[in-house]
Amino acid sequence: MQKSKGNNALTGWLMVSPLALVLFIFLVLPIVMIAVVSFWQTTAFSIVPAFQLENYEFLFGSPVTYTVFINTFKYAILTWIFTVLIGFTVAYYLAFHIRSLTWQVVLFLLCTIPFLTSNIIRMISWIPFLGRNGIANSTLISWGLIDEPVEWLLFSDFSVVLAFVHIYTLFMVVPIFNTMMRIDKGIIEAARDGGASGSQILSNIIIPLTKPGIMIGTIFVVTLVMGDFFTVRIMSGSQSANVGRLISNDISLLQYPSASATAIILLLTVLIVIAVLLRFVDIRKEL
Amino acid sequence: MTKYTHRNGLSRRTLLKTGVATAATTLAAPMVWAQSNIVLRQAGTGVSAFNDIAEKVQGDLGITLEMTALDSDSVTQRVATQPDSFDIADIEYWICKKVWPTGNMQAMDTSRIANYDKIAGTFRSGKLTPTSEIAQGTAPHTVGFTTGANGKDFVQEESGWMTLIPTIYNADTLGIRPDLINRPIRNWSELLNPEFKGKASILDISSIGIMDMAMVVESMGEYKYPDKGNMTKAEIDLTLGVFTEAKKNGQFRAFWKSFDESVNLMASGEVVIQSMWSPAITAVRAQGIPCIYQPLEEGYRSWGGGMGLAASLSGAKLDAAYDYINWYLSGWAGGFLMRQGYYSAVPETSKNFMSEDEWGFWYEGKESKGEIVSPQGAKLEGPGAVRDGGSFIERMGAVACWNSVMDENQYMVRKWNEFIAA
Repeated sequence: MQKSKGNNALTGWLMVSPLALVLFIFLVLPIVMIAVVSFWQTTAFSIVPAFQLENYEFLFGSPVTYTVFINTFKYAILTWIFTVLIGFTVAYYLAFHIRSLTWQVVLFLLCTIPFLTSNIIRMISWIPFLGRNGIANSTLISWGLIDEPVEWLLFSDFSVVLAFVHIYTLFMVVPIFNTMMRIDKGIIEAARDGGASGSQILSNIIIPLTKPGIMIGTIFVVTLVMGDFFTVRIMSGSQSANVGRLISNDISLLQYPSASATAIILLLTVLIVIAVLLRFVDIRKEL
Repeated sequence: MTKYTHRNGLSRRTLLKTGVATAATTLAAPMVWAQSNIVLRQAGTGVSAFNDIAEKVQGDLGITLEMTALDSDSVTQRVATQPDSFDIADIEYWICKKVWPTGNMQAMDTSRIANYDKIAGTFRSGKLTPTSEIAQGTAPHTVGFTTGANGKDFVQEESGWMTLIPTIYNADTLGIRPDLINRPIRNWSELLNPEFKGKASILDISSIGIMDMAMVVESMGEYKYPDKGNMTKAEIDLTLGVFTEAKKNGQFRAFWKSFDESVNLMASGEVVIQSMWSPAITAVRAQGIPCIYQPLEEGYRSWGGGMGLAASLSGAKLDAAYDYINWYLSGWAGGFLMRQGYYSAVPETSKNFMSEDEWGFWYEGKESKGEIVSPQGAKLEGPGAVRDGGSFIERMGAVACWNSVMDENQYMVRKWNEFIAA
């Protein structure tokens, strides 16, 4: 008895160790390293180990940091709103309006086809489309809707959010579709038999039961948008910045300690956001 | 190494002893490296990474050149942090100032450089002609020489140990779309003229961008810098302040970081006036779109590029690298690059690889007699065209400042970051 108990514990440790080891080496250690470097000092060409708070002082002392964090949240929230609306609608249509499983699968795969190309290419193809002399502007002019090209279509917050929504909507569709498919159709029939209207079914049954899917999608979208710097750089014509760009600018200018400090703050912010989100829905219970 | 020495019948020591003149003649005809499978990895800014050059090197010397083209900041990062990832760094002089002290590169013995004496004065004494004035900023000769093979600091005289062997350089100015502006542009201050609101651009590479900004601020009459190339903190604040305000007022359509972005901005008409590099102008024109590299009254912002050796190079690879550099200065590459609108560090040798008309157009600023074509054969100009800015001496003689790394670089970089994020 004693022996088998010991064996169980050993088996448990052995089973968990590969993953723990991988996570330790490839996740925990790098983050610890980043945290350590964030207290170091830089000169023009070298990094000096030290313990000083200058990087954080500069970060919190600069008004730009706050604007950039506000910008990051603005992009995240706007993108979230649009991806939820689009993602929910698409998933709802696929799950409840398409009757045959074959068609559901076919249409679902259809949604993913654009995502087989590089998202950088999908993003960059917006540029000639939205440009001053691009297709969008020339079409609007030929329709007589506008007299002069609209400038805010490209290199603006509009184009940044547009590209984010375009790139990340699928991350919302997939988990929502997945949870919707697991809703027992019997519940909906029962509600209908009981005289519930379409909107009552939606608000009292489908939305509450899809919450975990929405939450998973939200975590995907919010964390991806908060960490993305390339989309912001390309679509804003380098003119706006989110935290990711601040970090990437620092890195390209060899300011590793200052980049690390910003990265640590971003990591903490994202963790707080996720913690808050998880307060709303207990994903593990609902799955 | 042994193989090489035997074949030439000379050891490096005797070679050094025989002096520069003999070395020049010996090295002018380098051996072919075909059997040895020598591969040189060249990391550099995109400006000079052409496959045509790699192919020609393969044919002439038997050396396989693997070129990696990166933007200026990435190449700086790579040289500073990944010393084993390259054999030859093809970088700019201001990058050299940043990365040389890391010790990841080794100095070159000028006695092994056949055409050393013919290298343009700008890179040796700093003076283009004996009477020229040295422009502000990180002028190439100030970071061009070091104390010895392993020297880590710079010396101001020709010490016989070069940090970078100059390859190409140019005088930069603003590029404009004459068809969309319809009036003459004469000053740097036009970049911030409200007339071009939402149609201007500047490059997002701090060491270069800050110099363009300084030219603009001076031209606007806002401030006269004692030394643009080495600003004080207050001067940095002032310069970026002027541009931050313009940015907030919507002066800029976009900022660009890579060569092709600047071409697209200009060709699509998103931008009508911006900082630009010479081959980008050529690329816009090759699409049939009018674009001028506008000479301005205040002069040019200049840059120089050169090749440096990785500290890890030794033996046969090091010899091959010297052969490659000697080949580079021997003319073919210079002629190729001069037809892109750059200048070669050894103009004399390039002349042999250009037609008289090409030399007249690109170097002497003369009117073209026939068609001027790019190295790839696309037509750039018809007969009767004159290069924007004129001859080599006129253009390089009017350099007001060089791309720089300042003493307050750290501060400037942070402020630059704020400007981009503002």
